[in-house]
Amino acid sequence: MTVRVALFATCLGDTLFPETCKAVLRLLERLGCEVDFPLSQTCCGQMHFNTGYRDETVPLARRLGESFAGYDAVVAPSGSCAAMVRDIYPKLLDSDLPGRMYELSEFLVDVLGVTDVGAYFPHRVTYHPTCHSLRMLGVGERPLKLLRAVRGLDLVELPAAESCCGFGGTFALKNSETSTAMLGDKMRYVLDTGAEVLTAGDNSCLMHIGGGLSRLRAGVRTVHLADILASTEEEPWLATR
Amino acid sequence: MARNPVTWLGVPAFPEAAHEALADSQLRRNLRHATHTIRDKRTRVVSEVPDWEELRRAGEVIKDDVLANLDTYLERLEAAVTARGGVVHWARDAAEANEIVLRLVREAGTDEVVKVKSMATAEIGLNEALEAGGVTAVETDLAELIVQLGHDRPSHILVPAIHRNRAEIRDIFRREMPGAPADLPAEPRALAEAARKHLRQKFLTAKVAVSGANFAVADTGSIMVVESEGNGRMCLTLPETLITVMGLEKLVPSWRDLEVFLQLLPRSSTAERMNPYTSVWTGVTPGDGPREFHLVLLDNGRTQTLADPVGRQALRCIRCSACLNVCPVYERTGGQAYGSVYPGPIGAILTPQLVADPHDKQAASLPYASSLCGACFEVCPVRIDIPEVLTHLRAKTVAAKPKTSPEKLAMTALGKVFHDPRKYEAAQKAGSLARYLVPGGKITKLPWPGSLWTDSRDAPLPARESFRTWWRNNRG
Ligand code: SF4
Repeated sequence: MTVRVALFATCLGDTLFPETCKAVLRLLERLGCEVDFPLSQTCCGQMHFNTGYRDETVPLARRLGESFAGYDAVVAPSGSCAAMVRDIYPKLLDSDLPGRMYELSEFLVDVLGVTDVGAYFPHRVTYHPTCHSLRMLGVGERPLKLLRAVRGLDLVELPAAESCCGFGGTFALKNSETSTAMLGDKMRYVLDTGAEVLTAGDNSCLMHIGGGLSRLRAGVRTVHLADILASTEEEPWLATR
Repeated sequence: MARNPVTWLGVPAFPEAAHEALADSQLRRNLRHATHTIRDKRTRVVSEVPDWEELRRAGEVIKDDVLANLDTYLERLEAAVTARGGVVHWARDAAEANEIVLRLVREAGTDEVVKVKSMATAEIGLNEALEAGGVTAVETDLAELIVQLGHDRPSHILVPAIHRNRAEIRDIFRREMPGAPADLPAEPRALAEAARKHLRQKFLTAKVAVSGANFAVADTGSIMVVESEGNGRMCLTLPETLITVMGLEKLVPSWRDLEVFLQLLPRSSTAERMNPYTSVWTGVTPGDGPREFHLVLLDNGRTQTLADPVGRQALRCIRCSACLNVCPVYERTGGQAYGSVYPGPIGAILTPQLVADPHDKQAASLPYASSLCGACFEVCPVRIDIPEVLTHLRAKTVAAKPKTSPEKLAMTALGKVFHDPRKYEAAQKAGSLARYLVPGGKITKLPWPGSLWTDSRDAPLPARESFRTWWRNNRG
């Protein structure tokens, strides 16, 4: 029996990081899933909710629930958007979406039961756990297990990995200076590892840290976990952006 | 109504107040060192307790029961304290509490009181109120004394002088402490010795002591203070009159409940297995300790906080300060940027609720002083879901904003775009046109408010083709 999976691209992924969405698609199809992308989906409303715009969040939450009705599982390449649906939606409205929402590494390890996805990625990589994956979802070792099984990949530990990168959605604007100070420490630790690539399960945090590293011209790339896992010897990951 | 002194007059909203602290690299280094040391130690001693999670849940349940039946427990406490010869006073706000204490001090015929470190009296600005009434209050906790002598403000719940280093403390002592040796070295031992000499004389002459309370047992009327230096115990035993100012929520139903908190508190706060000094008293005992005991029960915004089903969990707080020590925002800005006696994550949710004024810009900025990383919730010994309360209070702030505020207009407009997939795709396409305007594949400079991002970070450009457009063209 094939699992009917819907891809939740997230507004950020859809608009800014379509390559990551394509990577999730390739990866899930390679693992035998039937993947659909309902076009009525847009945004989970996390930014509105976290900034205090609760009334504006509810219709977005309702719309997302309707978009994904009828799928066995919904997979998001974003810990924070998955956490928004799973942890916050039950407080906002009655919906069965939270029970079917998975962050990518959870879906691979828990539902498909794989840790070796047949990936090839010959680079020195360090992993940032991201706050919402770590604390709200509790994804734990899953991403690391997946990374350890990637051929050619040299995984190095990130010091103070569990500390926040300072993104926090509108926090990065509202408390820009504090956010920058947090980012500064995160970048220092990333550079200390000597890794060529920083990965995470969330493009929002990667966009933040990557934006800082790019400004420093630090020569470290940020690559989403999905892009790494989709990369194979036949179809290796290419820096497209 | 008098201003609630829980926030400090003249402190700007959090982002501006943080600016100065962020520029002070010495302060940031001190804070990082202090918070990381205690944080690591806390993790170690907490991991020794196999049933830590159950203890946290027990703490949560006991406190929630207290909050749900506060009237019953408070009446029980009042009856028990009175039966043992104590006097109970009820104070609606800071002004009332200060008036009661000042009157009691005057009745005792003195103009100097010694104080046990207490958040409740800091919250109501008692020292300032006493001073205005001609009474000198002497702080006997070392860190609190440093803040007091330095005419400074506290920056941490447990270690109010965490922002000061030894040399600064030496200078403060030399300048402000009568009888401090002119050649006082900046050595912890010597500094402690100077403070001890200074305080000993105060303990022996003081007629009145003022304390807070960590816990009060409703069944027996017993009050408990836990501390590490023993100076509090001197205050609690030597003077003739003891006045305790206690927030309404500091109750536990019975002695048995203390077992839970006496495990949770020391490991969470000072990362010790057991706290060094635990003092308990019940009313008065002839021939032993103070002859008069007064308990001032302080509301000051608490019953109002209790009325909010989400916000009320902040009243479970046992002031351990674990959330401060793990907070990445606190670590960079220190406590004074919060402009309140309650800094850090707990301050961000408690202070605005005690202030209870949605139009107070400074208080309203506090729930935004968090990246919602959730580290505070993870360590909180009574499981206060601080991120939940933060977003709840943000919603209150937003509700109080005029409809025409630029942020509200932008968020409403964006909400509409997100709600309509066609508008959404059109906006994506419009955004991707930006690629033709911006060379180099990334955005390095944006006008305000985008500059708040691009001042320190490059921003990615919208993709040439969004995923949905690609899907429609290739898979749809
Ligand atoms: S909120 Fe929790 S962690 Fe913070 S001081 Fe209170 S009890 Fe401690």
